[in-house]
Amino acid sequence: MKLSRRDALWVGFGGLAAAMLPGSAALAKTVEELTTAFAGSASIGEGGLTLTAPEIAENGNTVPIEVNAPGAVAIMLMAAGNPEPAVATFTFGPAAGAQRAATRIRLASTQDVIALAKMADGSVIKAQTTVKVTIGGCGG
Amino acid sequence: MITRREFFQAAMATTAIYGASGFGNWSRLAAQQMLTQDQLLQFDDFGNVTLIHITDIHAQLKPIWFREPEINLGVGAAKGQVPHVTGTEFQQMFGIAPGSADAYALTYTDFESLARTYGKMGGMDRVATVVKSIRAARPEALLLDGGDTWHGSMTSLLTKGQDMVNVMNALGTEAMTSHWEWTFGTERVQEIVEGLPFPFLGANIFDAEWDEPAFEPYKIFERGGVRIAVIGQAFPYMPIANPRWMFPEFSFGIREENMQKLVDEVRAEGADLVVCLSHNGFDVDKKMAGRVKGIDVILTGHTHDAVPEPVLVGDTILIASGSNGKFVSRVDLDVRDGRMMGFRHKLIPIFSDVITPDAEMAALIDAEREPFKAQLEEKIGTTESLLYRRGNFNGTWDDLICDAIRSERDAQIAMSPGVRWGTTLLPGDAITREDIHNVTSMTYGKCYRTEMTGEMLKTILEDVADNIFNTDPYYQQGGDMVRVGGLAYAIDVSKPIGERISAMALVDTGEAIDAAKSYTVAGWASVNEGTEGPQIWDVIESHIKKIGTVRLEPNTSVTVTGI
Repeated sequence: MKLSRRDALWVGFGGLAAAMLPGSAALAKTVEELTTAFAGSASIGEGGLTLTAPEIAENGNTVPIEVNAPGAVAIMLMAAGNPEPAVATFTFGPAAGAQRAATRIRLASTQDVIALAKMADGSVIKAQTTVKVTIGGCGG
Repeated sequence: MITRREFFQAAMATTAIYGASGFGNWSRLAAQQMLTQDQLLQFDDFGNVTLIHITDIHAQLKPIWFREPEINLGVGAAKGQVPHVTGTEFQQMFGIAPGSADAYALTYTDFESLARTYGKMGGMDRVATVVKSIRAARPEALLLDGGDTWHGSMTSLLTKGQDMVNVMNALGTEAMTSHWEWTFGTERVQEIVEGLPFPFLGANIFDAEWDEPAFEPYKIFERGGVRIAVIGQAFPYMPIANPRWMFPEFSFGIREENMQKLVDEVRAEGADLVVCLSHNGFDVDKKMAGRVKGIDVILTGHTHDAVPEPVLVGDTILIASGSNGKFVSRVDLDVRDGRMMGFRHKLIPIFSDVITPDAEMAALIDAEREPFKAQLEEKIGTTESLLYRRGNFNGTWDDLICDAIRSERDAQIAMSPGVRWGTTLLPGDAITREDIHNVTSMTYGKCYRTEMTGEMLKTILEDVADNIFNTDPYYQQGGDMVRVGGLAYAIDVSKPIGERISAMALVDTGEAIDAAKSYTVAGWASVNEGTEGPQIWDVIESHIKKIGTVRLEPNTSVTVTGI
């Protein structure tokens, strides 16, 4: 499932807020620090969060990523191998028709992309996938 | 009533009754060298649906030699599994007699002597005879082309794929998918597709800007009262393995969740049979078959595997029909009550000396070649060595190409892409201009010359190796290892990326490659826009004209471990 233009607008009207998190590498928080800050003391489960990403990036400078977690109040996206692992945190208000978001991120090299979703009851779920960034060429 | 699951178990246990491959019968006859067209085409009609699959023709209109791989390593779960079985092991696995016609068609063993016995294979005029014969028995048979059709020969390059388009239209193709087609560029692809009398399917081809489907994902055919959904899957790594700048408007990828959505969609529309016409490559399709539910048949292409029997994954059958027009698969299916109840299959080898050319198609092919005939057939030199490419590491054609590059471009190291296309020549054969194009023809063939550090060379070898030997098939792009000249290295295929390559050294001096030092490197098929240099076929032609006769020494520069 990909987010079409219509869906994206609809999601936008539904009350989606996204905080993009630029920052200098010197101040970058690690995946562990970001996870602790996001999840607090909640234990991290699995299932219910779909993270859609290409297996191999067609262009590492703009990799399409989609997260979808029905019932979530917030979804945090991280790129574990980037100088600044924090990518974005999407928060969903009560009027949001769907708890999903699609964006494009830059990946410096082959790495794991990690998403965490905080549910209304405070529980946190995780999804993770490896996106390969390759030189290319030589395809058969 | 037998359930679907029980049926497949029964089929596995007693293939003679429920599911059958026609391979065993003719192979014995072939072993006695009594091949006839009737035997090659013999097939007891079965069920109510017939699929005809041809793929990866690579624009080979005329019969060719094509040596199957000697080294085709599988890693992880694929280790030792079809199609990663070659030579005598392959023969034993499928009950093929050594020295038989099947042994010649399907394995590399004794290739030269068997080639002289059984002759060239393929030729689209012979393929036309086979297709017409199947249609005579089954008028509603569905002919599906798995792609890599418009590219691979001098005539296809000069006509921008038009010769193949004309031939495939005349053959009566009913749907196709794509890979190298895209290397003619978006504009040319769209121009051809507009004129095609059949759909150019690509469920995984999306608009790069909006990430929305850009091509027809599937077509539902009604045949003999059966609704057959054919979902097309183009090569997933198009913008990575080939030059992205030639088709910047499109994004590809495996998009497994999209495939599942489409299977569910066509089932909801009442499809009785779901066929995936795929250019994923065998291992990717095998993994996908285990994860996407509801596909009955995957007609698999890209990795050029010729597998004489269907491979079952759950309730899905995988059919791999080889390359270069060497084979046509006929798959008869019994589809009832919205279910595939059984199959009968035959991988039909196209022995060009046995199958009579179809006169109409032969005339069309000759007409397509006529304007270029003199250029194509000009003799450039002679070979005393067997020239082939296919295999995970350097083939002899690549050794010759790398020699030509190093000599003509004055480089310490030559690199040549590990593509799986490229036909074979026997010792004693003339090397024509067309033969050189058969192993090099492409729209981005310029032979660059540059400098690279030892570190960069290592990075390239590691990167390409991981595209072949990553244990997760979804990270495999389906090519072979980049070929090198002047450079020796060792590779442990069982290791992860960054740890596979070692012992890199210059072949001429034995000097170890220094990560910090720069070396002159020349190669071709760069995916970068604006690459400069002479065309690779001109480089090779110039080299062969100078040496006259090609004699290659065995290449021992690559040491492979971890098998």
